[in-house]
Amino acid sequence: MPSIKNFGEGLWRGLKITFKHLGRKWITVQYPEQKLTMSKRVRGTDIIWDRESCISCRACERACPVGAIKMEVSRGEDKKLQTDDITTDLGLCIYCGLCIESCPTGKSIYLGYNYANTTYRCTQCATAKTGTSPSDGRCGELILSNDALLPDDIKRPRSGYYRPERAAELPEQTLLVYKTTYAEDRRNKKEGK
Amino acid sequence: MDWGHFLIFTVILFGFVISGVLFFIWYERRGLGRFQLRPGPNRAGPFGLLQPIADAVKVLLKEDLVPALADKPVHFLAPLVAFVPAMAVFAVIPFGDGALLADLNIGILYIMAVSSMIVIGIFMAGWSSSNKYSLLGAMRTIAQEVSYEIPLVLSILGAVMLAGSLSLNDIVKAQDVPFILLQPLGFLIYMTAAMAEINRTPFDLLEADSEIIAGFQTEYSGMKFGLFYLTEYAETLSVSAIASTLFLGGWAGPAFLPGFAWLILKIIAVFSLILWVRATFPRLRIDQVMAFCWKFLLPLALLNLLLTAVLVLTGLNDQLWLAIPLNLALAVVLIIGLSRQYKTGGGHAVN
Repeated sequence: MPSIKNFGEGLWRGLKITFKHLGRKWITVQYPEQKLTMSKRVRGTDIIWDRESCISCRACERACPVGAIKMEVSRGEDKKLQTDDITTDLGLCIYCGLCIESCPTGKSIYLGYNYANTTYRCTQCATAKTGTSPSDGRCGELILSNDALLPDDIKRPRSGYYRPERAAELPEQTLLVYKTTYAEDRRNKKEGK
Repeated sequence: MDWGHFLIFTVILFGFVISGVLFFIWYERRGLGRFQLRPGPNRAGPFGLLQPIADAVKVLLKEDLVPALADKPVHFLAPLVAFVPAMAVFAVIPFGDGALLADLNIGILYIMAVSSMIVIGIFMAGWSSSNKYSLLGAMRTIAQEVSYEIPLVLSILGAVMLAGSLSLNDIVKAQDVPFILLQPLGFLIYMTAAMAEINRTPFDLLEADSEIIAGFQTEYSGMKFGLFYLTEYAETLSVSAIASTLFLGGWAGPAFLPGFAWLILKIIAVFSLILWVRATFPRLRIDQVMAFCWKFLLPLALLNLLLTAVLVLTGLNDQLWLAIPLNLALAVVLIIGLSRQYKTGGGHAVN
């Protein structure tokens, strides 16, 4: 036998729940003005090679299951191995991290910690090549040029994947619920915080 | 005949409806955003206020495609046939004492007659598209709209009986207290039936991605689709305006604001209610929608009409201190009583 509580209670409860939502903080982020902090161990966006510490052993190249890393290695005058050229094909890369795990030096190859390999406008990308139209294949609109993705750029942010000492330096991951709202950010900016 | 009056009011009404629709589109998207813990449109203009304009420009610039086998004249006329009645309803909505395009003594009858014409536009669209999904969508919408017309009219009759007139201006004047207090059940039935009539959630079955795609408007693009979109919001505006006029006192209100401002505030309040419902409830199945109309709303509306007639005849509704609690109690008792009898089409008890 249905009790009196059953009649319309579900409807009222539903309306009450949605009404409560009105006063809550937004949990979406206003990309690209706001970006969430990613996990320290994120595997994505990039492969970064460190010229200084690399011993040119080609372990990363051999470990790569899809052949995304190509190295050209030769012996120098002091008989030591040296890397003449390294290319990383981010289109092929599956971001498995095996190259990082296989590196004997423990600091010669990293995964990128970039949010995205794109820029908001091509003018913001200093090294963007610009063409007259996108069809000539050289317009740098919305994507970084190959120059900006050179594998040995020291400035590119590195992920802490398989590198605990690197991970320790990176900021904590931001959870959605703790993120400030777009309105708050604007207010803070106005107040100079 | 005073042509100046007609001309000026027509221009004002057109401006009111178009700006009202643009505001509603913005308000709904922002409102739904707040309900869903996201900001909503906020890029075009301050607070995203120019978003509807941007949408309109986008729709205008889109290619107008017509299916090869479509009945072209009918396909072309359908959005117009749907849009014109949605606009015409506003001719009898009073924005102040006597401030209306045409003070018809059969105002409510006119509204019901004209708003029913939209169904013809929808059927034309579904039929002429030469697409079985469009036709199925149109049939489904028509079945729903024709069915819900009955409880809608019956719920309005309660207010008409209390006012003793079919003219909307007289109904507003008759409201010493807003009729929502004397007709709470009538208001609830009106809002439910009206939401089904204008295909708002949870009765928005004219579209169903998995079965009939976008229903009768599947084959429409560009400005013709824009016109259907406009119709949908113009209908919502008219439903809110009628609810405000019949149950919330229309333009009547304390004198510190002009009459039209009160009406607009009430329209926004009713639209907020519709928005709140949209943000809350999932949509029903078509058989549930139809069963709800014929097995629950219609008997409820008939009972409401009968009891209102009794209260008006006995003069009880003139004693406000007694009539208001009595009507509220009747609404609760009738809803609970009828809920216990109500079963959906599949024979499963709802409660």
